[in-house]
Amino acid sequence: MSTATRTPPAPATDPAGEGPTIAVRHLLAQIGRYVFLCAVLGFFALPLLWLTTAPFDDTPTVTASLPQFTLDNFRALLDNPYALSSLRNSVYLAAGTAALVVTFAALAAYALSRVRVPGRDALLYGLLLLSSIVTGTATMVPLFELAFRLNLIDSRLGVILILSGGLLPAAIFILKDFMDSTPTSYEESARVFGASPLQIMRHIVVPLVRPGLATVGVWAVANVWGNFLVPFLLLRSPDKAPAAVIMYTLYTEGGQADLRLLSTFSLLYSLPVALMFVFVSSRYGFRFHGGIKR
Amino acid sequence: MVEGARPVTGASPAPDAAGLGRARATGFLVPSMVLILLFLVVPAVWTIYLGLTNYRLTGLAAANPQIVGLDNYTRALGDERFRTSLVLTLQFVLGSAVIGQAGLGFAIAFALRDRSGPLRRVVEAFVLLSWILPSSVVAFLWIALLDRDAGTLNALLGIPGTAWLLDHPMLSIIIFNTWRGTAFSMMLYAAALENVPRSHLETARLAGASTWQQLRDVVFPRIRGHVLTNLLLISLWTFNDFAPFLITAGGPEQRSEILPVYVYKVALSGGELGFGAAISFIMLLINLVIALVYLRMLGRRKEKA
Repeated sequence: MSTATRTPPAPATDPAGEGPTIAVRHLLAQIGRYVFLCAVLGFFALPLLWLTTAPFDDTPTVTASLPQFTLDNFRALLDNPYALSSLRNSVYLAAGTAALVVTFAALAAYALSRVRVPGRDALLYGLLLLSSIVTGTATMVPLFELAFRLNLIDSRLGVILILSGGLLPAAIFILKDFMDSTPTSYEESARVFGASPLQIMRHIVVPLVRPGLATVGVWAVANVWGNFLVPFLLLRSPDKAPAAVIMYTLYTEGGQADLRLLSTFSLLYSLPVALMFVFVSSRYGFRFHGGIKR
Repeated sequence: MVEGARPVTGASPAPDAAGLGRARATGFLVPSMVLILLFLVVPAVWTIYLGLTNYRLTGLAAANPQIVGLDNYTRALGDERFRTSLVLTLQFVLGSAVIGQAGLGFAIAFALRDRSGPLRRVVEAFVLLSWILPSSVVAFLWIALLDRDAGTLNALLGIPGTAWLLDHPMLSIIIFNTWRGTAFSMMLYAAALENVPRSHLETARLAGASTWQQLRDVVFPRIRGHVLTNLLLISLWTFNDFAPFLITAGGPEQRSEILPVYVYKVALSGGELGFGAAISFIMLLINLVIALVYLRMLGRRKEKA
């Protein structure tokens, strides 16, 4: 819908390319560009409109409209038995996975960065390849089956472990890059004074690579917070389900959807990632700086 | 198979500064490797085995699955529903990733290339927002937007009663996924366009080159690598995207049943785990091909550099 307003073709009246033609063409290009950007803005903002109006409307419908302002809708969250508990479950899954991924990946990345394990590069490469092709979608059958055999069906720990397994290769890869670029002289002197490797890790390496750990942590939280498939497959009882799954059941199950609940719940559930995004982009700028320049 | 494509991880600093030693280093690796082995390697290998059985979720074949060889595969290839699903997946990847996300992402990045200020920030913020919000929330936002009777889109267009999700399910999820994933392409192309010297574009423009000519002769040769990277990654992700399930659940009448949804329905709703695993394995193979092409290309570019 937004591609219909590309830069209009320049008038081909004067193929010799005299000065004025170029100026006109330039002007038209500028206008076209502006129109295009407005259309893009409309396209991306339109679906989000409802999320900002409905939660505060005293009679919410599925149409986005100027609300009759009220905060009463948020009471619906308290009335639903699963709304708030599902958000707690999401926090639990995200925090658990992030903690596991950051800790395990830091240990592994440190070992890989400092000790020459034979076949190290091949190992990292293979793991990265594996984690990019073995997605939850392509392996949902064996994952379900595996969880069943390991007695991890309807277990939040199972979800945490499975998600961690998928995130670890990329996390190790990112952290190893950070570790490789830190100087080793502090570690050497600490060792001279008799610090054990775990002490060196905790008191010297961790503070040095803190930005890397934070990056991996935020990335893991963002991944788990929105993940629908894995908890949808593995968790059976609704009181264990995270917000992603409860959100889905709210609009698919049981007749007329309660729009007060749906709208306020959507907003509350989206808020943490939106805030995280604002924080990251204001602090570091949310763009690629050559990490993917290949 | 993938010689010369190893990631260059850089020479490590002075080896083993903390006196870790082989044994302890291995200890540091164990927790990660156990999780990866258990939840990445085992499922991948197990898919192959399960795909050769008639394993079911319930019933006789659940207790005592039989090896049926390649039956699942021959059945899949002969199955109308599977072939339709494959074609729909192809449409989905081509339409929403290759044309939609990459095309729109590039167009936005190009239109914003020498702009700064509020317009750029607002456009980027909205594009990124649609990328980072949880998928079950954005799925409902689109259901609300496209609602037949009270949807915002029909209200805006003045055509109430148009049932987008029933009449045009594929088009709906293609546009949805374009909206959902354009951010990645936009950011990647924005970074790529920084490699194109502004003076070259200026010269071309003064020489009277049209926008299309500028793109073809000045911009594209410099960002060819980025374009390939982008296309492969978003194809891989789109191919494995489960979000359309949240909007159309494959319906109506399987008209938007892309492979991930198909596998879910056959294997986990329908209980045919063996057959589902065979389809999963076909998906894994397709993933592997895309990923290998990508890594191979990375390796070749590294060698040249």
